[in-house]
Amino acid sequence: MALLKPRRLEYPFTQEQVGSLRAGQFVLVSGLVYTARDRIHKFFFEGGKSPVDLKNAALYHCGPVVIRKDSDWVVRAAGPTTSIREEPYLPRIIKDHGVRVIIGKGSMGKVTEGACKAGGCVYLHAVGGAAQVLAEKVVSVKGLYFGEEFGLAEAMWVLELKDFPAIVAIDSKGHNLLRRIKSASLGIGRKLMKSSDPFIP
Amino acid sequence: MKNHVQWESSLFELIRRTSVDLPCDIEQGLRRACKTEKKASRARWILETLLENVQKARDKDAPLCQDTGSLIFYFQVPVGFDTNALVSATRLAVARATRLGYLRQNTIDSVSGAACATNVAYGAPTFYFEQCARGTVDVRLLMKGGGCENVGKQYSLPDESLGAGRDLEGVRRCVLDAVISAQGNGCAPGILGVCIGGDRATGYECSKSQFLRKLDDKSSVKILARLEDRLLKESKALEIGPMGLGGNAALLGIKIGSMSRVPASFFVTVSYMCWAFRRRGAVLTVRGGFKKWLY
Ligand code: SF4
Repeated sequence: MALLKPRRLEYPFTQEQVGSLRAGQFVLVSGLVYTARDRIHKFFFEGGKSPVDLKNAALYHCGPVVIRKDSDWVVRAAGPTTSIREEPYLPRIIKDHGVRVIIGKGSMGKVTEGACKAGGCVYLHAVGGAAQVLAEKVVSVKGLYFGEEFGLAEAMWVLELKDFPAIVAIDSKGHNLLRRIKSASLGIGRKLMKSSDPFIP
Repeated sequence: MKNHVQWESSLFELIRRTSVDLPCDIEQGLRRACKTEKKASRARWILETLLENVQKARDKDAPLCQDTGSLIFYFQVPVGFDTNALVSATRLAVARATRLGYLRQNTIDSVSGAACATNVAYGAPTFYFEQCARGTVDVRLLMKGGGCENVGKQYSLPDESLGAGRDLEGVRRCVLDAVISAQGNGCAPGILGVCIGGDRATGYECSKSQFLRKLDDKSSVKILARLEDRLLKESKALEIGPMGLGGNAALLGIKIGSMSRVPASFFVTVSYMCWAFRRRGAVLTVRGGFKKWLY
């Protein structure tokens, strides 16, 4: 493994811990996180009550594959799912519940930047598709909510993580790493298109 | 069909292997990309994580990615072969692979929103058949994830906003635009399949069938091979990198094909396939017995 120096983050995610993170940094997350996908976001957005206290907590955009082994739940695969779908719901959820960390994947827009800034929250980008590596960072399944209402993939799983790796994509100042990279690439792309070297057969 | 059991079991093995075992050409592509990224960079770390994931999935006999995607089967059969029976054997194999956890329940009824327990439904999986003058059956399978499917794009030339005319320079601009708009959202580093021409439907078909090509092959059409090379270099210069978090390797490869078109239309169609490039194939006997792997 390349020697990227990690910052450690541990539940409960306090304002001090999260506030000092900067976009681009490498973090290892440990402690409790709650999975949440489309159904849960919509439910909270519409004012639904959370069965757990989400203050200083992390929501993980993930639909894990979990199987029952004797009386335990075992995570078979657990990578991030695309976060942009939840963007419209996030400001309200972060504000109402005091969520401090969002874990997911893919570009996010101005709405999330604003919500992170207002709520002292960060958006962490996990490695998309790395379902096996990331499943091993789940040390245990601590609980399950909304399993019956929303189905197991859309349910809220309470996972305990150990050293789950991610990159800070939006920090609590609203700096957005992916936006920066995108606008740089747009500039380079424009130059490549203007180039005095068109592709001629 | 005789030998229904044997057919089902060969096709099941193809699905299992596709889901858990990344093809060698793609794994090597990831390794090569890894070497080009700076030490202790985010890009390098991501590529190392992906390679670690590839090994773990293989060792644990578990899906590479939890999104096991949509399944596309390409069959080449001898003249006069009973393809209906092949469809039913494939469906059984898909249902079993789902039951055993090699495929996620990944098929949704678009009207009711209901999930399908077996992944066998109208339009799932997808089949293509072609008759060939040989005595064996070739079957190739693509498992294409939703995240990368969502970043595909189709252009109609001329495109004023890109300054793209109806020529290969126009095609180059469309592909560059597709790479820039995709960023890392299709789980980069991915591979692009491009079709020049065709209509709106066949353009996507042809762009996806480019994924059946080996990563290190070159287009047999010289000028397209040159365009593939140039665009791959340019994609690195964009500094999008793995997962769009910066670096060189936004793509591992670009495969360009072409189809004829009508005078009034000039489409350029770009499909994106993520790093979890699940593509396998096998040659089978007419009884469904295994002969050899194609990838
Ligand atoms: S785009 Fe590919 S790697 Fe990413 S989540 Fe989807 S299937 Fe997995």
